[in-house]
Amino acid sequence: MSLDRNERQLFWGIPVIVVAGALGWVLWRATADLDDIESRQLAWGTIGTLLGQHVVLTLICAAVVLVIGVPLGIALTRPGIRRVTPAVLAVANAGQSAPVIGLIVLLAMAMGFGTPTAVVALSIYAFLPVLANTITGLQGVDPALVEAGRGMGISSMGVLLRIELPLASKVILAGIRTALVLLVGTASFATFINAGGLGALIQTGIALFRFRILISGAVIVALLALLVEWLGQVMEMIVAPKGL
Amino acid sequence: MGAFIASRWADIAFRMYQHASLVAQSVLLAAVIAVALAVVVTSVPRLEPIANAISTIGLTIPSFALLGLFIPLFGIGTTTSVAVVTFYAALPILRNAVVGLLGVDRALLESARGMGMKPLAIFLRVQLPLAWPVILTGLRVSTQMSMGVAAIAAYVLGPGLGSYIFTGLAQIGGRNALNYAVVGTVGVVVVALIADAVLALIGRLTISKGIRA
Repeated sequence: MSLDRNERQLFWGIPVIVVAGALGWVLWRATADLDDIESRQLAWGTIGTLLGQHVVLTLICAAVVLVIGVPLGIALTRPGIRRVTPAVLAVANAGQSAPVIGLIVLLAMAMGFGTPTAVVALSIYAFLPVLANTITGLQGVDPALVEAGRGMGISSMGVLLRIELPLASKVILAGIRTALVLLVGTASFATFINAGGLGALIQTGIALFRFRILISGAVIVALLALLVEWLGQVMEMIVAPKGL
Repeated sequence: MGAFIASRWADIAFRMYQHASLVAQSVLLAAVIAVALAVVVTSVPRLEPIANAISTIGLTIPSFALLGLFIPLFGIGTTTSVAVVTFYAALPILRNAVVGLLGVDRALLESARGMGMKPLAIFLRVQLPLAWPVILTGLRVSTQMSMGVAAIAAYVLGPGLGSYIFTGLAQIGGRNALNYAVVGTVGVVVVALIADAVLALIGRLTISKGIRA
């Protein structure tokens, strides 16, 4: 897949920003004169743990969203079920305007605090872009091509795997990238229900009114989100079939 | 739940009004900034990729992180809320305004100039009306997004329904925790639906008859 000029600038620009930002923060952390509370909250080990929790939470949710969203999107474009698709999308769209923090709090009341609740809440939230893009991508495939495939004697499963999904892959992948970026951002709310992650630094920073902790948390989350956006672009380039 | 809503109806209505007002003012401010930026960007072609990069990178930054970055600048309270909501609201509008303004046929601008129209008149009477449907779509996306961001901004004592959600969180296990969280969350959805309907209506009233689909 070739990139246009805009995409190329971002493709090289984002890693530069992330590396520069990360190096800048590490240098600041190594040399800054921190008081007791700050150095405890910003200990290398603590940061590493929170970063690990954040990444793991994001990856689990991404896997859940992928495993449910893509097959459901495929099912909703099959003949027969296709009629209910607009209704499903309308409900999903309306649900999207519910604030994610409300969703997290409500689920925490139903399921208790902890990582499982966070996984469910974030997955529900990031589900729509994957579902919607899978449906849009598959609907965008020229029916004549599907017809031609069937006419050549390929089974409907074969047509799906070898014609429809490859042709729709660009749109589906864009949905997955959107979901990933949403997940990294919303995972910072996991700390509200004791599910860990880098949001803890921001929350602590606000609670103790320590700007150094607060900004460290914010900067690291933002850099992580940019990195994920970039990895999504790389994934699109690698996975998207040549010749499109 | 019924008793909860009945006994707090005035407060709930006020919070909904605050939420809508915060989003409306921020989106309006964002629209002015974004359209002004878009005008600059579209008249200097080299700036266009920079505007796109800013939109992409800006939308990637998590709202909680931006909230954290803005607190040292604007303190705790409404100013930070407005700043965060405006920042996110501006990005989709900027992107759509650039696309909309660039989508206006050059020949039309040329003929407007040929008819003796001044640059400002060309912008207000030709370019903006033609780009308006695309800009308005950006406004609708922004408004929906801002509803959720505004809820989060309540964490730093911003106005609106978000504070109900955080009260619910703080009181988990308490008698009214669920009521607070449900009213806060559903309230945001209701305000979002009303706002979208209002924008759709504004679209019908303001999109020039000649280009209405």
